[in-house]
Amino acid sequence: MNPVNAVSRANLARLTRHRLFWPVAVLVLLLVVNAVVTPGFLAIRVRDGHLYGSLIDILRFGAPLIMVSLGMTMVIATGGIDLSVGSVVAISGAMACYLISEGQGLAVALALSFGLCLVLGLWNGLLVTRLSIQPIIATLILMVGGRGIAQLITGGQIITIDRDSGYREIGGGHLAGLPVAVLIVLASVAAAAVLARRTALGLLLESVGGNAEASRLVGIRASGLIVLGYVFCAVCAGVAGWMISSDVSAADGNNAGLWIELDAILAVVLGGTALTGGRFSIAGTVVGALIIQTLNTTIYTAGIPPRTTLVFEAAVVTFVCLLQSPAFRAKVGRRRPGGPVPPPTDPPSADKKVEVPA
Amino acid sequence: MKRRILAAAAGAALALTAVTACGDSGSGSGSGSGSITLGFSQVGAESGWRTANTKSIKEEAAAAGIDLKFADAQQKQENQIAAIRSFIKQKVDVIAFSPVVVTGWDAVLKEAKAAGIPVVLTDRAVDSDASMYVTFLGSDFVEEGKKSGQWLVDQYKDSSEPVNIVQLEGTVGAAPAIDRKKGFEEVIKSKPNLKVIASQSGEFTRAKGKEVMQALLKAHKDIDVLYAHNDDMGLGAIQAIEEAGKKPGEDIKIITVDAVRDGMQALADGKINFIVECNPLLGGQLMEIVKKVHEDQPVERRIVTEETVFDQEAAKKALPSRKY
Amino acid sequence: MTEPVLEVTGISKQFPGVRALDGVAFRLFPGEIHALMGENGAGKSTLIKVLTGVYQADEGRMTLDGAERRVHDPPHAQRLGISTVYQEVNLCPNLSVAENIFIGREPRKFGRIDWARIRRRSAELLARLDLDLDVTAPLGAQSLAVQQLIAIVRAIDLDAKVLILDEPTSSLDRGEVERLFGVMRRLRDDGVAILFVSHFLEQIYEVCDRVTVLRNGRLVGEYPIGELGRFDLVSRMTGQELHDLEQLEEAAPAITRGRRLLALEGAGRTGAITPVDLEIHEGEVVGLAGLLGSGRSELARLVFGAEAADTGRVRVGEETVALRTPRAAIDRGIAFCPEDRKADGLVMDLTVAENIVLALQAARGWTRPLPPRRRDELVGEYIRKLRIQPPSPGTPVRNLSGGNQQKVLLARWLITRPRLLILDEPTRGIDVGAKTEIQKLVVALAGDGIGVLFISAELEEVLRLSHKVEVLRDRTLVAELANDGSLTPERLLGTIANGAS
Repeated sequence: MNPVNAVSRANLARLTRHRLFWPVAVLVLLLVVNAVVTPGFLAIRVRDGHLYGSLIDILRFGAPLIMVSLGMTMVIATGGIDLSVGSVVAISGAMACYLISEGQGLAVALALSFGLCLVLGLWNGLLVTRLSIQPIIATLILMVGGRGIAQLITGGQIITIDRDSGYREIGGGHLAGLPVAVLIVLASVAAAAVLARRTALGLLLESVGGNAEASRLVGIRASGLIVLGYVFCAVCAGVAGWMISSDVSAADGNNAGLWIELDAILAVVLGGTALTGGRFSIAGTVVGALIIQTLNTTIYTAGIPPRTTLVFEAAVVTFVCLLQSPAFRAKVGRRRPGGPVPPPTDPPSADKKVEVPA
Repeated sequence: MKRRILAAAAGAALALTAVTACGDSGSGSGSGSGSITLGFSQVGAESGWRTANTKSIKEEAAAAGIDLKFADAQQKQENQIAAIRSFIKQKVDVIAFSPVVVTGWDAVLKEAKAAGIPVVLTDRAVDSDASMYVTFLGSDFVEEGKKSGQWLVDQYKDSSEPVNIVQLEGTVGAAPAIDRKKGFEEVIKSKPNLKVIASQSGEFTRAKGKEVMQALLKAHKDIDVLYAHNDDMGLGAIQAIEEAGKKPGEDIKIITVDAVRDGMQALADGKINFIVECNPLLGGQLMEIVKKVHEDQPVERRIVTEETVFDQEAAKKALPSRKY
Repeated sequence: MTEPVLEVTGISKQFPGVRALDGVAFRLFPGEIHALMGENGAGKSTLIKVLTGVYQADEGRMTLDGAERRVHDPPHAQRLGISTVYQEVNLCPNLSVAENIFIGREPRKFGRIDWARIRRRSAELLARLDLDLDVTAPLGAQSLAVQQLIAIVRAIDLDAKVLILDEPTSSLDRGEVERLFGVMRRLRDDGVAILFVSHFLEQIYEVCDRVTVLRNGRLVGEYPIGELGRFDLVSRMTGQELHDLEQLEEAAPAITRGRRLLALEGAGRTGAITPVDLEIHEGEVVGLAGLLGSGRSELARLVFGAEAADTGRVRVGEETVALRTPRAAIDRGIAFCPEDRKADGLVMDLTVAENIVLALQAARGWTRPLPPRRRDELVGEYIRKLRIQPPSPGTPVRNLSGGNQQKVLLARWLITRPRLLILDEPTRGIDVGAKTEIQKLVVALAGDGIGVLFISAELEEVLRLSHKVEVLRDRTLVAELANDGSLTPERLLGTIANGAS
């Protein structure tokens, strides 16, 4: 092997070991497939003074999912999970639209809706910390009950609001050529990144999620952090709820955000954050959410029959998860002569104790 | 720990029951002595259509002097079976219900039959033997699809230019989605130039309708007609069409099903071209059937809801008196 | 005695990085209660797992009733007549007593379960052990001790020739232990061979006939219990080579006692440690000595607030405080490096630098992050001072060796400038070089006026570093010995083995 080749191989190895490599590779692959199937897929034109094209659509329709996934990332980092985000999406949209349809101003509607989301997040957080209910059960309560609350607000109807109320701008408007929803997402992601990495929040969350007992023994007050995580998650879901309802100028208590919690959890996992908590990646989550949205777009444009879309989605997701599993890659690599050498496993430390369940 | 979880879950369940109980207030009000008692078990309150359906049944029962015992199943079959059993125990005169699912009704229907209480199905069908119930009152979804297709065939009867149609289907596997697609495609087969170039599920919602249409507009440059399985998806798609710089109703002709108020408004505004009604207001028809059944008069085994179609002119006339 | 019912010879078992068993031999005779003794890492649990088929030995032979056998898995062991009852009863609390005894092997009649026979047979079996219970009552309604006895009943009804009891007494009270011992003696008299594991020395002498001692994965010896005094047993378990102790580089360090930092006044916690009186002063190293399970770690966790005391008082300085949480202890300048670095200490996902700043950052709260420059300085300083290898702050801490992980844990607390440092087995499982460094560090810290509570299973280390040694035995503080030159290793060992002299 000549030296140049060796160097480039080493660089490649380093690149493929980066935690974002596989998610980004899958996203790029999906975009390429689309570009082949749909001519002009990658084209972005200016229409009515703003950018227009499939890529912009993916960002725009993916915006609510990115928001929800962003919040979900924080909760999952603490070792928890939030199943109630879909219901919070419905509640926040219903609340805002109801107030606007009752003649309240935009600011009042948003403020009250935002406040409601804070309360819902607090509810989840307190159930998990104060009452020590397992997160999956604690948030299941609001997941089920929240739909009822949303129905109560909308009175079981789809509330349609005046398209000139200004509320529409959140999900459907444009600013400086870009959809407002995309700008909100950019700002939120930046804010979350600053909050996580410029303060010690990220470190402490990862510590709590990574090893709860060690965190307790190091004096971290975990309950406050965990509550904060759930509140942040609910607020993100609330903003997503505004985007979804304002985009169509209507609040649908029954269907808005239905099953979005599953997509969000999937986005977080695709982005490389473990469901068991600990290390999280905001950038990874954004990429994960974009993969899911691009996949949806692929299904629509490639004309995959609706009957089989779920199977198609499952196949792609399985493929991505397998790609991300070092164990799977090692196995495939080993079987193929001349394939990439699996990365070395951690050296066993001297006092390693092998535990076998009795 | 486990006990705590249970307690919390029970608490939540209680809260939920309280919520739904509020929604039910006003039911079971009739107390006319000697009048007919009708036990009605509703699916739930999952859509605007359903709410209008419930309202119609309650109002028409009151107007007809029928004593209505109303139970909301919250989209669960076990609740519905429990409700029907309690109707049997209370010895109501007639039982009517909109089944949550198609299967699993044999046992409870037999119990009703043994108790000599006639059963009327509304809106949705069951797979039990037809001898188990008196009649089925509801829309014919295939017919709705055919009406949509027929209007399209009539529109293009003099042209042989190719017409590109996209279809927004309802939730995968739902009876209205399957039947509306079937009826529509059956009719347009007669004109070879009418061609469905893309068909995707918009899950009966505005948000999905918009998202899917947005993508379809990018993938297909020459869409002439949109057929949506309900108004909501059509309304979402209209926004996508407008954002693509096209005029809904002119550049792309739009057909939808349901005729809810927002849809009728769009029709009157010229953004939709044709709506096939799927009428939730079957309260009046139901009460007539109940009276007939109670008096042992013969009724048809299958009664289709009185439904009409609207074009833009008809919508303008109907809109002011539209209830839902 | 007759032929052994179970005999293994030359058993070896290798795990990545550890030789857990190295040529161990072991015999078990019918009608005896045999104690298996050894400190942490001696290989007791590995040996039991080899005997019951959880692990396969790499080398060695096993004969059962004179025939050579290989045990494939735990069910196979049961079929061969080797049954095990663990400390945590692994039965189903929601099923009845009788169902638990017969679960998975229900007698059938015409293809249906013969419930009458199950109930009758269960009652018979229990009566054999003088247990009078309603066999249809759910298991969960019985006390832990009775549940354990029921697990034993289940085991012996499987025609067990060999019964392994792995720490069955650790959560039982005195009366329950007596009851268990009664059952064990009865089974022994019926010819069952019982292998008994317990951390309580008194119980070994009370009930056992012979004892096998393991140390560091090797066999030390097999002795009739009457021929091995407590002192000898403990010294064989701990392997204190007494002549080593005579070669201490320096005598016990000079006492530079300052103000009192902490006092426990009758502080204890039910089920963990009986009430203790203890004082720690500035600049003082207090050693905790005792066997595994003697209450060393429990006492340390009490002082740190990891588990709150339910009796007595704790004073920090002159102030009486309730140390209910680690946070409360940390705010008063107490720091704690736990025994199990991986489970209770480090966050393996995080880097060296992140683990080092964790305690300081936790004290500051998330809104006041350490300025990046200050953080890098601190981390760099302690990586240098403690010679953490590799000296790169960004390495995931899981990739470090045990000794360096321990140093990371020490660095984490040292940057918080604690007044009292609790070290639970800081030198266990790390190499000799790192061990010496950590010992030197303890001396230096005491010199700076920090109080240190030092726990170690190695008496040599405790003697070398401590100003006074607190000896624990069976969850009770039995003696406080001043390390004033008159404290010899023999005396310390004797106290551990026999209690206060």
